[in-house]
Amino acid sequence: MADIKVDCMGETCPVPLVETRKALRKAKEGDVVEVVGTHPSSKKEIPMAVKALGLELIDVEEIDGVWKIRIRK
Amino acid sequence: MADKATIIVHSGDMDKVYSAFIIANGALAMGMDVSLFFTFWGLQRLKKGGLEKGPLSKMNMLGLGKWMVKRKMKKAGVASLERMMQDFMELGGKILACDMTMNIMGIKKEDLREDLILDYCGVGTYLDEARDSKITLFI
Repeated sequence: MADIKVDCMGETCPVPLVETRKALRKAKEGDVVEVVGTHPSSKKEIPMAVKALGLELIDVEEIDGVWKIRIRK
Repeated sequence: MADKATIIVHSGDMDKVYSAFIIANGALAMGMDVSLFFTFWGLQRLKKGGLEKGPLSKMNMLGLGKWMVKRKMKKAGVASLERMMQDFMELGGKILACDMTMNIMGIKKEDLREDLILDYCGVGTYLDEARDSKITLFI
């Protein structure tokens, strides 16, 4: 279950990172933000941003080139 | 206090302005504060209707090269400069305009997108911010 869903399918650098940040700014404490996308580097870089922001990375999964990242604020 | 990045946007070339906004928006997304100082040819891009007007820094070929690159960028799903600018503002980025460039080139405040510009300043403001920045770039 996610409180906020961010669709970055087909988007490229730096949009997935930026859209994730925009969603996290709007989220309330404890909310789960779920980001889905296809840009390969963002799968590594969104977790880097989550760490830099001091938030909790719940999980990262990928099926057929589509990744899903869940973050708790 | 958050880490800070300060970037001088001296070039008005389309590809270099893209670099500036991609780095700036990435830094904001990763929790940093970002200031962009627009000067010389970079400041031309803050004129009303000027953001997308820059040539390509290499192989512009009177605009043909730029047209080809823009087409490829669109196909690859790269966001427009206008969208990157809106994201930059939404994530709390600061835009500063060089007042000496405005004097030299006869640019008035009303020629610029005043709604985006936080302040008009000189080199002292840049240095004051750059000395506490983890990252500073000249593009």
